[in-house]
Amino acid sequence: MNKIVSKEFLSDNVVKLEVDAPLIAKSRKAGHFVIVRVGKKGERVPYTIASADPKKGTITLVIQRVGKSSRKVCELNAGDYITDLVGPLGKATHIENFGTVLCAGGGVGIAPMLPIIEAMKKAGNRVISVLAARSKDLVILEEQVRENSDEVIVMTDDGSYGQKGLVTEGVEQVLRHKKVDLCVTIGPAVMMKFVSLTTKKYAVPTLASLNTIMVDGTGMCGACRVSVGGKTKFVCVDGPEFDAHQVDFDEMLMRLKAYN
Amino acid sequence: MAMNLLSENLNLMSEHLQSERAQPWREELRKSIKNKERTEFPRVKMPELKPEIRSRNYGEVNIGLSLEQAMGEARRCLDCVSPSCITGCPVEINIPKFIKNIERGEILKAARTLKEASALPAVCGRVCPQERQCESQCFYTQKLKKEAVAIGYLERFAADFERESENISIPEVAAPNGTKIAVVGSGPAGLAFAGDMAKAGYEVRVFEALHELGGVLRYGIPEFRLPNEIVDVEIEGLKKMGVKFETNCIIGKTISQEDLRADGYRAIFVGSGAGLPNFMNIPGENLIGVMSCNEYLTRVNLMQAADDESDTPVYKGRRVAVIGGGNTAMDAVRTARRLGADEATIVYRRSEEEMPARIEEVKHAKEEGVKFLTLHNPIRYEGNEKGQVQRMLLQRMRLGEPDASGRRKPVAVEGDELWVDVDEVIVSVGVSPNPLIPSSFSGLEVTKWGTIVVNPNTMQSADTHIFAGGDIVRGGATVILAMGDGRRAAKAMNEFLKSGTVG
Ligand SMILES: Cc1cc2nc3c(=O)[nH]c(=O)nc-3n(C[C@H](O)[C@H](O)[C@H](O)COP(=O)(O)OP(=O)(O)OC[C@H]3O[C@@H](n4cnc5c(N)ncnc54)[C@H](O)[C@@H]3O)c2cc1C
Ligand code: SF4
Ligand code: FES
Repeated sequence: MNKIVSKEFLSDNVVKLEVDAPLIAKSRKAGHFVIVRVGKKGERVPYTIASADPKKGTITLVIQRVGKSSRKVCELNAGDYITDLVGPLGKATHIENFGTVLCAGGGVGIAPMLPIIEAMKKAGNRVISVLAARSKDLVILEEQVRENSDEVIVMTDDGSYGQKGLVTEGVEQVLRHKKVDLCVTIGPAVMMKFVSLTTKKYAVPTLASLNTIMVDGTGMCGACRVSVGGKTKFVCVDGPEFDAHQVDFDEMLMRLKAYN
Repeated sequence: MAMNLLSENLNLMSEHLQSERAQPWREELRKSIKNKERTEFPRVKMPELKPEIRSRNYGEVNIGLSLEQAMGEARRCLDCVSPSCITGCPVEINIPKFIKNIERGEILKAARTLKEASALPAVCGRVCPQERQCESQCFYTQKLKKEAVAIGYLERFAADFERESENISIPEVAAPNGTKIAVVGSGPAGLAFAGDMAKAGYEVRVFEALHELGGVLRYGIPEFRLPNEIVDVEIEGLKKMGVKFETNCIIGKTISQEDLRADGYRAIFVGSGAGLPNFMNIPGENLIGVMSCNEYLTRVNLMQAADDESDTPVYKGRRVAVIGGGNTAMDAVRTARRLGADEATIVYRRSEEEMPARIEEVKHAKEEGVKFLTLHNPIRYEGNEKGQVQRMLLQRMRLGEPDASGRRKPVAVEGDELWVDVDEVIVSVGVSPNPLIPSSFSGLEVTKWGTIVVNPNTMQSADTHIFAGGDIVRGGATVILAMGDGRRAAKAMNEFLKSGTVG
């Protein structure tokens, strides 16, 4: 049982929860995720850790209300308890001074992108962030991203904020003019697929953080498997980050629909 | 030297057995019925739920013997001078002693006899492959060519009787010695280890990655074979002995090896199991509807996906194929029937004789309408436009020469292939050791298969303060072996912590 310390709405459908989890707060690194279960009949669902405060002993999760399970989490309030929370899971992001790093985050993917942006900046990289969302109110955590980036481009589908257009257009703008050493992308699978196709054109090495269906999150079931370079990998233990140019996104998109 | 010790131990053991056997009550009982008469009683039949009913619900299939049936079956045991059954038992339960206690109606004493050697008799009575262990070595099987004494049924009976009588004996616990011990994993190895160390006065804490305790006993083996309640009672017993449990805690991730040391844990027992599912790496294996046995059983057992109120979904195919011939495969295929499959088929590349599953599970599966397609092996799956599996291509096989394990090797009959329609495939072709501990701990020696290397007598690893047992040491093995490892490790660790040396 983990207590929710505070709750904040980042937009109508996106909630930020600060949760009491001292051990995880201490051991987690950028890129790690947790598995959350709400209620005795609840499902085990992965969420990336957006930030952590080891002194306070809390971690922060940013959750978009999309289905039954995320709704259950979003309905919890400060003072309520999460039934089960386990982590940190997955491999941490490999952080070093690559030179220039392009971070492309879409929708709630911006939340897990943030700790990577921070860590990349701290390691001495020049960080260019492209944030994309359907409309203005879905562009979350912009301020924190700006604080840690040398340059920020905001794209919205409907043009209600920043430039009108898809994330790939923002990414391409950067790639056309600048030498980028690494691209990191987190967001909906379709978005990552197209970011990956774009960076491939420019031969820029790219990492995608995959969000497949999971059950245990510890390598025990294989529900999370994806094909990377023709080999089957388990996202929860071998990932969640993989060389995007090797990921079979079409298969991943298909598998995400398994229970729809 | 080692050999001398071993034979000395054997002598000591048989001396002990003989003095027990010489007790007046045993002698009297032996005289009460002539052996000839004993061998003429037929073996008891386990009362079972009817196949038509059980193949649609989750009630335990074996109902259990009545007191009368158990006492009747116990009469068949000849209380042999050299009880060969014990040599077949991995933890050397004093089998005639417990059975003779049943014969004279002292069921609680029988239960206590079991507990002298086994930490989980109610579990082992249900899931041990008795036909390959104690019962295969029974005088009846070996010499009389008759059906063995139903040792497994009797074991289960005595353990259940004790539980239901609410007279469970909580073992005596030594005065606390203040030494903290950490256990990684709450499967049978970890539970057995924890119990023995608590008895010896240690402060034991078990860390479990999942949100429920029991390891495979919880997430793997279905309720129709091992009701959750049985596992709960065992865990409650350990709690009463002072063992502490922490779920949702992954050693190596949530807490590191160094953290444990800094927190004052003097030694660690690793019982982290072989939880990683193997796949066959054939085309189409990532189609929707193809999944590992672990995924399928975890959804149903741990996440209760069959319950309409559960948020966890599970695929409910009409034509389900389960690839493999072990206990795991039988559990999956029988679960598929219970989830409504019209056709549930075992696809196995050898013949039925080579199947590693318990004979009783194969029998139960057949009674429940499961089909067996032996000497077939899948080589490809194909799906529809949505990526859902629709059919599989099977290769016909035949048995060739015996391989290293002594089993005849399956070889492909070239060119002999056939397509079979399916809408769900469950891959149950073995598991690999859980890599979490081997990859995050330093100081361990790990084999190329990912198992932890230990001294087989003491279960001590290359790091003298880390012991390990169960599937993480053996690869996929059995509950009884895991439990035995846990007990052996406890004994050796206790010695080591007291004297600084083991064995
Ligand atoms: C479906 C199925 C049916 C079976 N049927 C039979 C049968 O009929 N008879 C039989 O004898 N055997 C059977 N087996 C095999 C038997 O269950 C195993 O051999 C036995 O459970 C192994 O015990 P263990 O304690 O080594 O590990 P497990 O039971 O696998 O338990 C290991 C536990 O450790 C936890 N863990 C792993 N890593 C960590 C970590 N880093 N930190 C914290 N926790 C961790 C895991 O979550 C798990 O709960 C079956 C297995 C399966 C899967
Ligand atoms: S070998 Fe069979 S008959 Fe003899 S003591 Fe063991 S169970 Fe009884
Ligand atoms: S979620 Fe089960 S193996 Fe990755």
